[in-house]
Order: sequence, then C-alpha cells, then structure tokens
Amino acid sequence: MKYVDEFRDGERARGLARALCAEADPARRYRLMEFCGGHTHAVFRYGVPDLLPGNIELIHGPGCPVCVLPIGRLDMARRLVEKHPEVILASYGDMLRVPGSGRRTLLQAKADGADVRMVYSVSDALELARTNPQRQVVFFGIGFETTTPPTALGIVEAQKNKLQNFSVFCNHVLTPAAMGAILGAPAGDSDTVAIDGIIGPSHVSVIIGSDAYRFCPDRHHKPVVIAGFEPLDVLQSLLMLVRQLNDGRAEVENQYIRAVTAEGNRRAQELVARVFTLRERFEWRGLGEIPRSALALADAYRDFDAEHRFAMQYVAAEGTKGCECPAVLRGSKKPEDCALFATACTPQSPLGSCMVSDEGACAAYFTYGRFRQDALAPPGQRRGVHGEVRKA
Amino acid sequence: MSGQSEFLPGQRQARRLDLHSGTVQMNHGAGGRAMTDLIDLLFRKAFDNPLLNQANDQARFHVPAQDMVMTTDSFVISPLFFPGGDIGSLAVHGTVNDLAMGGAEALYLTAGFILEEGLPLADLARIVDSMAAAAREAGVQIVSGDTKVVERGKGDGVFINTAGIGRVIAGVNVSGDRARPGDKVLISGTIGDHGVAVMSLRQGLSFSTQLRSDSASLNGLVAVMAARAGPSLKVLRDPTRGGVAATLNEVAQQSGVGIQLQETALPVRPEVRGACELLGLDPLNVANEGKLLVICEADVADELLATMQQQPLGRDAAIIGEVIEDPLLLLRMTTHIGGDRVVDWLHGEQLPRIC
Repeated sequence: MKYVDEFRDGERARGLARALCAEADPARRYRLMEFCGGHTHAVFRYGVPDLLPGNIELIHGPGCPVCVLPIGRLDMARRLVEKHPEVILASYGDMLRVPGSGRRTLLQAKADGADVRMVYSVSDALELARTNPQRQVVFFGIGFETTTPPTALGIVEAQKNKLQNFSVFCNHVLTPAAMGAILGAPAGDSDTVAIDGIIGPSHVSVIIGSDAYRFCPDRHHKPVVIAGFEPLDVLQSLLMLVRQLNDGRAEVENQYIRAVTAEGNRRAQELVARVFTLRERFEWRGLGEIPRSALALADAYRDFDAEHRFAMQYVAAEGTKGCECPAVLRGSKKPEDCALFATACTPQSPLGSCMVSDEGACAAYFTYGRFRQDALAPPGQRRGVHGEVRKA
Repeated sequence: MSGQSEFLPGQRQARRLDLHSGTVQMNHGAGGRAMTDLIDLLFRKAFDNPLLNQANDQARFHVPAQDMVMTTDSFVISPLFFPGGDIGSLAVHGTVNDLAMGGAEALYLTAGFILEEGLPLADLARIVDSMAAAAREAGVQIVSGDTKVVERGKGDGVFINTAGIGRVIAGVNVSGDRARPGDKVLISGTIGDHGVAVMSLRQGLSFSTQLRSDSASLNGLVAVMAARAGPSLKVLRDPTRGGVAATLNEVAQQSGVGIQLQETALPVRPEVRGACELLGLDPLNVANEGKLLVICEADVADELLATMQQQPLGRDAAIIGEVIEDPLLLLRMTTHIGGDRVVDWLHGEQLPRIC
C-alpha cells in the first residue's frame, strides 16, 4: 500500500538497526523517552525493541490523554450524569472504561441508567444536541493539541447556530507543559527518571510546530527529535537522537518533515487561542499539579462551558490501591513493575487508566509484548494469555 | 414448514402471497392459514426436497454407521444485505462451514426464522432464495424449519438459526487440540474481506469500497484437501468473529502450544489494509466467512498448499506460520520490520453484529 509500505520496509529497518548498533557507544546508556502513546503503541506493535542494541532504553512517556486525566476529573463527569438526568454525556469510547473513585466507570453509570453515549468526534456530539433539543448534551473533551482544534470548532459552531443545549467539559492539556515538568523534575529523586533525549510527538507537532520544543535543549539541554508514527520513522529518529548525544549536541530536529513545520498550523493555533484560555493549574495523573498546563473555555464562550453551566466541582481523588499508573506515566516504572499488571489488571478488566487506552503503556505491553518480561520470569511465575500464573 | 400444511393445490386455492409489496404480519407466525401460505409459497418452494416435502415436524433419514457431526449457529447480521451476500447465504455458509471444519461432509440443515412484523415479503423472498441457492451450491438440503413472528420493534428484520448434521470424511481426524510444534499453519485466502465489506455499509463508517464479503461454503475445498492429505490434517477452523487472531489463540490454548506467524506471508487485499488503517483495526481481528485455517504436518504443507491453490476458494492460499513450543501459549508474529509481537484477542468493543 503506497505511503505506508515504504515506512515499514524490512530491509530498510534492518539497515537502520545496523547503523544504530554500529553507532551506539557500548560504554554509555541511551535513555530515550517516546513522549506520545502513539509511539509506544507503534514500538510494540512492530516489535521495534527487538532491533535495538541493549543499551538503548525506551522510556514510555505520558502522552496518552485518557491515561493522564486524574480520577477527580473523571468523577466530575460521572457525578454530572448521575445528578442530571437531562444530560447526555458524549464521550470518546476509551473514557467510558476508566475506573474512577470506588472503581466505578462511566459504563457502569450507563448501565445504571445514566445517558452516556460513545462518539467518534465532537461533530457526533453536536448532532446529538441538534436531534435532542429537549436534552442537554455535554461533550467530554479530552486530549492534547491534536484534538483541541476540533473541539474549538465545535464550540464556535454551537455558538454560531445558537445551540443552547450543547456544552463542553473541557480537559484539553498541553504537551510542552508536561514535557517541561518531566525534564524539570529534581534529579536523583527515586521517583523521577533520568532522560537523555525525547522522541517528540507526530500529530501534536503538526499543530504546535517543532519550535514549541526549543525549551528542551535551551533550558534542559536535552535533544528532541520529532518522529512519525511508522516503524522506520521511529528507528530513524532513534538514530538521530543517538548521533546528537554522541556529538554532545542538544537540538530540536524534525524527522517527520513530511507533516511538521517549525511554526505548526497557525490557523489551528489562532482558533484555539480564541476559544480557550490557560488554566492557572491542572492536575495530571502521575505528574501532579502542573501550572499553565491545560485549557478552559475563554470568557467569550463561557455559555458553552459545562463546568460553569452545571457548577461542576473538582475534588481530588485517590487511585486504586497498588496501581502504579502514576509512576508508569512519569516513566519511573515499567508496566511489569506493577504488582497488578497482567494479574488483577488486564485490558478486559482494567484497574488503571494505562491499561484502558490503546495508547497506554500497560495496554501496549500487555497486548503486544507480554512475552518480553514473562520470558525472563522464573518458572512458576510465568503468566498465561489471560494473565493467570502458569505452572512451570 | 413444521406442522401439517395440507398443501394440496387441487383441494384449496392458496391465497396469493404478495411478494412485491406485502409485509410480514403477526398472523404469518400464528399457526393459521397465513403461516401455511408463507411456508408453502415461499419456504417450501425455495428449499424443495423430498425430506422437507414429508411435511412433518421432523425429517426422517437413514444414518450410516459412521461418525457424525452436528452444529448450530444463529445469524443476526445488520444490514441484511451486503456486498457479496446476505443473511440467507450467510446462514447456510456459516453452518456448512462449521460442519466442514469438523472434517465432515455436510448433509442436512434446519432453518429457524424469527421475523419482525413489517418486514417486506420481497426482502424475505430474496433472503430465502439466496439460502436455497447457497444450499444447492453446497450440496446440502434444508429438511426442516420453523417460523416465528415478533412485533415490530422487537427484532431487526429477520434473525435466522440454522442447525446442521454431517458425516465425517473417512480418515480425517481434526480437532483444535491436535496442533503440535513443527506443524504448519495455512490460510485459504485473503483475510478480513467479510468484516470490512460489512463495516463499509455501516452508519458512521461511510466509506465505500469495491470489496465484497468472502461468504462461501468451504465443504468442497475441505473434501479436496481431505482427499490429498486426510490423516495429516490436524486442525481445521474458519476464522469468523474475532478473525484469525481469535481462532489461532483458541487453538494455541486448546493444544497447549504457541503459534508463530510471519506478517510478510499474510494475504491481505490492499483495500482491506487501507480500511483497517483508517479505522485503526488489525486485519487479523476482522471476521471472515469464506476462509479456513488448516494446521497440518510439516511434510505435507507444500503439497497441500498447491492443492488448495488449484481450487477457486483457495487461489490465494498461503503458509502463514508454524506451531512452536511456548509455555505461555501465545500467538506471536514476526513483523514486517523483523521484530516480534504478541497477536492478541480483541479486548475492546467489537463493531456490532457482523454475522
């Protein structure tokens, strides 16, 4: 298939793998974070780790919108539909399966009678509002910079068409703020992870542009290479990072030149700047409270802000006991370091957000790579397909 | 069909069944004359065979002293008509294939219809004719049946259940627990065609493809394979719901083995790959209705492949992997770029009702 096969070619992949093995300095470690969950997914789906020398370590970042949403925000959505029978909550599918406080999911709320609908886009939510004029439709907006412009368009359209029964529960968050929080964490803290370089997101960078990452080399002296989502993109980006580190350079480089420019998509940026405003602070699962890291609706669009319309209140909440999602999202633990991984927590019955979304590191490990750690486990502790411990 | 129908044209003028603009009504399932007309003028005419024409509540036939297989399957697909087939042909193919995957020659089917009030009789006639054609093509007879009607809103046009009985082909012994390390895994053709063809018609997934469902009866292909490699066939399965991934994961569990696939060997049509890329699906998880997976002893694999490729339904057959020892009982795949990954069952929601 054109424009896809070229980026999955086995011969070229082996060529890049040979270059990585030849150029990676055996005397040093390369701890490289793929920030975006889409990359985590690609890495495991294509078996990229099998082609890497042992001293290149991939650290999985927090770039999974479903994963980083704190339980307190999820609880807000659930309380909203439980308290307001007139509300139809329109949400992306993954959000419905993430356990909130008391391990309750939106799917359970739906089964108990709340009106929760799975939608593919904000347009579906607008359509629901049009066809249900007697109901209040609330779009559960989540995501990084990629999904923010569509939400903004939806709000503008609702205002233009005077769609009074439509509003947005806004949870859009910002990539550079989270990257800065990870790189700025105090070194030597056992709860943080040392990172030598970052593989930058594909689609987010199409919107915000490569210049948005210049603070990484400038302030933190870490190289960034923006990469496409195909396996050859990832391998090539790793090689570019290894070369920067070998040369002692720290720059923003762009491997994904077929889609990403230095300044990004100006029209989308202007739209977002018009419709949204920066929140002073926002809590992230795993990363804690990060200043100026998320968006709320601007005053001019306040009528479409569900938090305002329904006086929704944020109450911080504790995660499931033993769930290591916070540490996994910081990159300080691997999924298999969690005692619940593949035992109590599986994609069929997830306890933590990282096991729900396809972009979550735990789901990617479980779905594509669970032989990697199991192969090393002593007999008697190996896990079967459903996560059950198998006898030797 | 069940029940005494007293269809004797000389004695009674059967009321016309308006197959052009009529609809299914509650009295078509009420056991009275309307039901009899429906049975006589539609079902029996289409399925016509001596056992059905016994017109009893059951069909009586002689069974040779031989291993038999029996199966049942229900069909609730939406939409009822899709490129390459409809719920009627699917209901025959599905059950014939379940029998064939037992290494059996399909003999007789039963058909149970649950009709929704208001279903156009023209649609029902089209479905029934399609079933009759599929049965003729597969060489099976539909020998008994049942019709019920539910109120409008309580069904989805028509649901069909078919049960089947078949005779095991001499010398064939296939079962999901017989795969052993070293055995080869073959597929009879391209994967994912049915699922993508049906999904392409779905509301909300509005892209059009040239793709047709692969829905077909595989008993003819199985007969040829059995004649060539009978005792060396270990496992036969049709990868329907859940696709190749679910089927081979089940076999790995049943047999206590691992299975290693080669991504480069998988036959996938470009339009199926394109649709899957767009929808974020893996063709390995997408349903097929006219493909079979066979696991056989390694030394007959090449010969079996050549035999399959000579058949119309096996033209794109390929050797896609082999059975390995694996205490984890995983299905794995060597990817295009040479890495290794698990191929899992689907965890998430499957798209609704594709069979």
